Amino acid sequence: MIGLGLLKAMRVTLRNALKTPFTIQYPDRKVGIAGAAKNEGKSPVGLVATQPVTAAKAAMSLYSVPVNIPQNPRFRGNEFTWYENRCTGCASCAKYCPLGIIEIVTSPGGFDVQEGESYAIDVFDIDIGRCMFCGLCVEACPYDALHMGSRFERSKYERDALVIPVDELREALKQPSSWFRPQFEEREYDPFRDGERTDHYSVGRHEKPDQETLDERWVEER
Amino acid sequence: MTTQVRTEPITVNLGPQHPSTHGVFRMRVTFDGEEIIDVEPIFGYLHRGSEKLAEERTYVQVVTLTDRMDYVGSMLNNQAYMLAVEKLAGVEPAPRGVWLRMIASELQRIASHLVAVGFLIQDLGAWGTPLIYTMREREKILDLFEMLCGARITNSYLRPGGVFMDAPEEFWPAMNEVLDELPPRIDDLDDLLTDNDIIFSRTKGVSILTPEQMIDASITGPMLRAAGVDWDLRHRDPYDYYDQVKFDRPLHTAGDNFARYWVRVQEMRESIKIIRQCEQLIEPGPIRPEHDDVPWLLRPPVGDAYAAIEHSKGELGFYLVSDGSISPYRCHVRAPSLINLTLLRDMLVGELLADMFVSFGSVDINMGEVDR
Repeated sequence: MIGLGLLKAMRVTLRNALKTPFTIQYPDRKVGIAGAAKNEGKSPVGLVATQPVTAAKAAMSLYSVPVNIPQNPRFRGNEFTWYENRCTGCASCAKYCPLGIIEIVTSPGGFDVQEGESYAIDVFDIDIGRCMFCGLCVEACPYDALHMGSRFERSKYERDALVIPVDELREALKQPSSWFRPQFEEREYDPFRDGERTDHYSVGRHEKPDQETLDERWVEER
Repeated sequence: MTTQVRTEPITVNLGPQHPSTHGVFRMRVTFDGEEIIDVEPIFGYLHRGSEKLAEERTYVQVVTLTDRMDYVGSMLNNQAYMLAVEKLAGVEPAPRGVWLRMIASELQRIASHLVAVGFLIQDLGAWGTPLIYTMREREKILDLFEMLCGARITNSYLRPGGVFMDAPEEFWPAMNEVLDELPPRIDDLDDLLTDNDIIFSRTKGVSILTPEQMIDASITGPMLRAAGVDWDLRHRDPYDYYDQVKFDRPLHTAGDNFARYWVRVQEMRESIKIIRQCEQLIEPGPIRPEHDDVPWLLRPPVGDAYAAIEHSKGELGFYLVSDGSISPYRCHVRAPSLINLTLLRDMLVGELLADMFVSFGSVDINMGEVDR
């Protein structure tokens, strides 16, 4: 019958129109007076009494709070997490990068790392502007020194600013993603919940060896 | 009283920057009044040289290039490429890895069909609503991919012989939730569109292609099944473990725009069935072969291999030639989008201007794959 199909279609549209939106507002969302009071740490009545301007703004839907979107732990973020103490400068990551955007320059004679000696890393530049976040460099790292980061808000106005130099990598937020790092999932680490991991021992696949084992392996056996 | 109006053919250039062309595609169309009398498709605007780029990358690195060919079906592209590499290098894949990649690629098939249906309806003029409904469902599947491999579109999830990481524990309940929600949504699509009189009058009997025409042009996929030809590589030439799962192959006999739309909607239901069976059959075990069997720098013996899968758009094949080095000597892609476009002139000539983009959308092409 002509028209019946249209009625059925209208029913679907109506049913969906009554649902709450699926959309997540980003980077901030508008809240009413109740939400504004919660954000300011006050009761709604207290907010109106002490900060009438803020309360009026909230009533007119002009007050917004930032939204934090939790990603999954394996999220391949826009920033890399690098543990210098674990890195030996082997440049496996630079070799495995399909685009060749990692530049590593080393000089001999570093400090003692977890086990053995290392090169000093002079240059470790990652050109984020050309990176496609496939994560092959992280997969290639045999010492768990390089990890994908978990943050993603890294837009810049210039292309040159997109290159992460070694100093920035050293000081960057150590919030590694668990992408290709099964040890994080075994320890139930979630970067978006647990935050930073600054201890370079705890990000490896093995437990930290005690001093006796290290002495035995590196002093006595030699 | 009718008067005879004399009309002259007029040539219109559509694209490459046109919102309805699903990418950067250009058509030089000649109209006589509202009727199309000639079409000249021009493509190559999105050519990135993926096949050439593959020649100077190692076998594992090429995965990242296949993601970017058909960017709404990355998992399926990964699967086709990995099958070719495994054939070439003689790699025995790990069973759990194969089940995982079957689940991933069937999820991707649903997502790809949702995009195809949504944009087809948008081309019909239903601006927004059905497209947003389908995109909402696709979003949930992309969230599952993020849980699996950390990325939503450019997955790079597969490796020779399996996948790089096992699915996390929370993936299985999340996937079941999505699969439970999907059938009512597909029913909604049916209510909204399949019984809709406006859709009937716009799509039925438009741009009919006969099975003979399509077989001559080697068109595959939902387009061919919409004309009643039972040709599905998952059934005809089972790869991975498709011979262990049961599924139906929806067929339609009309071969018009409506049939192409209908087949895609029904295939989504079949994909859900396949995923349910894979979930039952999957067993714990290694997800990829040992590093000694499949080293990072694969050096396959001299030779060539062709592997094809049933992509959401048709038969996607990778032809790899090895000269014994760490990178392929030649990598050729049999892209279904490009080959399905070859009958565009036959589809469009004689149809009306308003139906042009509907027919074009019903082919479900992806310019990233056409131009590569």
